[in-house]
Amino acid sequence: MSKMRFEDLDKITDRMRKVMSLREGSSQAKITVHMGTCGLSAGARKIMKALIQCADETATKDVIFSTSACAGLCSREPMITIELAGQAPVKYVDLTEEKAKRIFSEHIVNGKIVAEYALAIGSEQTL
Amino acid sequence: MKSCHTHLLLCAGTGCVSNGSYRIKEALERELGRHNLQDEVAVVMTGCNGFCAQGPVMTVQPDGIFYQLLSDADIPPLVEEHFLKGRPVQRLMYTPPETQAPIPKMSEIGFFKKQRLIALRNRGLIDPENIEEYIARGGYRGLAKALGAMTPERIIEEIKNSQLRGRGGAGYPTGVKWQSAARHQSDVKYIICNADEGDPGAFMDRSIIEGDPHAVLEGMAIAGRAVGSGHGLVYIRAEYPIALERLNLAIKQAREYGLLGKAIFDTDFDFDISVFQGAGAFVCGESSAMRASIQGEPPEPSAKHTHATEAGLWEKPTVLNNVETLAVVPEIIRRGAAWFAGIGTEQSKGTKVFSLVGKVKNTGLVEVPMGTTLRDIIFDIGGGIQGDRKFKAVQTGGPSGGCLPASLLDMPVDYERLAEAGSMMGSGGMIVMDEDTCMVDVARYFLDFLRDESCGKCTACREGVDAMHQLVSDICAGNGKQEHLALLEELGQAVKDASMCALGSTASNPVLSTLRYFSDEYEAHIRDHRCPAGVCKALLTFGIDPEKCKACLLCNKNCPQTAISGEKKKPQKIDQEKCIKCGVCRDVCKFDAVTVQ
Repeated sequence: MSKMRFEDLDKITDRMRKVMSLREGSSQAKITVHMGTCGLSAGARKIMKALIQCADETATKDVIFSTSACAGLCSREPMITIELAGQAPVKYVDLTEEKAKRIFSEHIVNGKIVAEYALAIGSEQTL
Repeated sequence: MKSCHTHLLLCAGTGCVSNGSYRIKEALERELGRHNLQDEVAVVMTGCNGFCAQGPVMTVQPDGIFYQLLSDADIPPLVEEHFLKGRPVQRLMYTPPETQAPIPKMSEIGFFKKQRLIALRNRGLIDPENIEEYIARGGYRGLAKALGAMTPERIIEEIKNSQLRGRGGAGYPTGVKWQSAARHQSDVKYIICNADEGDPGAFMDRSIIEGDPHAVLEGMAIAGRAVGSGHGLVYIRAEYPIALERLNLAIKQAREYGLLGKAIFDTDFDFDISVFQGAGAFVCGESSAMRASIQGEPPEPSAKHTHATEAGLWEKPTVLNNVETLAVVPEIIRRGAAWFAGIGTEQSKGTKVFSLVGKVKNTGLVEVPMGTTLRDIIFDIGGGIQGDRKFKAVQTGGPSGGCLPASLLDMPVDYERLAEAGSMMGSGGMIVMDEDTCMVDVARYFLDFLRDESCGKCTACREGVDAMHQLVSDICAGNGKQEHLALLEELGQAVKDASMCALGSTASNPVLSTLRYFSDEYEAHIRDHRCPAGVCKALLTFGIDPEKCKACLLCNKNCPQTAISGEKKKPQKIDQEKCIKCGVCRDVCKFDAVTVQ
């Protein structure tokens, strides 16, 4: 590391943003990969790897990945839920790595829901 | 770490390390590797998280799930369930004392929810061994602002306007201290960070250095700019090995990044920091004793005819600030004085870190705005008293602080209120005592500590504290006389008036405050030869209730003195001549038949 100048603080902060937004649990987008037994056996782990790869390749910051259990619709796994800040969550079903990549570039990067893979918008009512 | 989607923030503060957090780290890495998750889930060691009672603790981010009391055996099922299958493990989550259902998210746990973190802003969030994580959380921006956009006078003005007061105990306005050092012309000036934390049960400074060492370094550099000093020195006790290691590493990294050394941020400002290890004498936390210690002399306080800001270390202008004071400085510069002055009470601004220990459920490190009541700290954050016993007293301000009773629970905590109540802020120790604590015994304990730690220079402190200790010990042993109480008051006042340094002038506080608020306990010891809390052994008599005794002979077999006798199937008896009042019989009895009077 050469000696820092004032502007280097911003550069480091920018480089570290992905790591730190993860720590603080705040971000522009949250991707939840459903990893119940059903999801895992249908290939959820491959979906997760593909999505992480997309994030790395496109250098997308401000996106956090999370796992959760079975979303209840085992026959349509692998499933993911995408939440953009301030918007209702969207559930995608019957995913493959290719579909996941397309969802990443259209929904996460450009903010456009991929209607043909989407199951529903919103969450179940609880309590 | 690039592609990880989950970070496991595992606490590596001293408390959790001694509970095996490095073993947990190895187990986590092994299990993650076994499931081929090592590229998705990263294990990050952080500084003290504050919730030491539940250690080893770990926060899973971004989910915000909080795991506690982890053991090696918990790790394989945890990794498989949570990180492979995405099912957080309820069993390992924190269950608040007041409810039965585990609470998974940190933001929902009372202990964390009511705190406001400024000095501890990065605790548990960053890897203290990685300077870039500190920078990404706003680190070194205070220094950048101070060097790029402010004159030294403006920095001092800002600190004065923030009304920041020293967090080491006395509460002297930090800005005023800096201004005084800035006014005195000298080729060399020193900024010393006082990390000689010596109060029993206090660990604020250690945790800050372990968890966020750069915050302290940045604060020191800003102080250096303000007063025109190029030399910083951290006086830290050698008993803090983890803090020392991280401090040295942080200094090394800051030098590599050009944030310490020559021409910082390409300006004309040079500043570097060295570390001085203290051997752990309590009195070395006192400014003139610390100076003597650094200069290689016996660590005895000396009369302060001139301020250290004029002629301190090596007779040069010196600013001595506490760790916590320095750690908040960068945030004040970054966010402005008005922000800081908007928190707290009339005369005490900002927040204060307390180490909450003793008979409280959630022991650990808490940071709250000045003016928070003792009740909020002990009951809402601390979760109340262990075993749901009754609260009796809280001792604030370390060994030379005072014990405050239940009637003062609703008192807002700040410098003035604590002093009015006969205690003090000190560095922020807070020891909670329940109904099973004998206040006379507590006074004896603290006097014993101070008797050991008195440097012996002033007669009043050396002889007076010893004499008070003897009197209080006599009272504990059942040999107290009524006139001892007046004598204790008089001695206490004399020691207070005739000692040179703060150790002596506050050494009477434990006695004077317990006499003030718990005189009934002293009376009971002296007049009735009775210890109401059942602590002072000389005043206890163990007996066996023949109605309750089932003659199981468990006490008989366990008594180390063979003081218990009796036939089979008949109630047992204790021979008072032989009994050493160890209490084993009471502990083993399943029928509550052992009585203590």
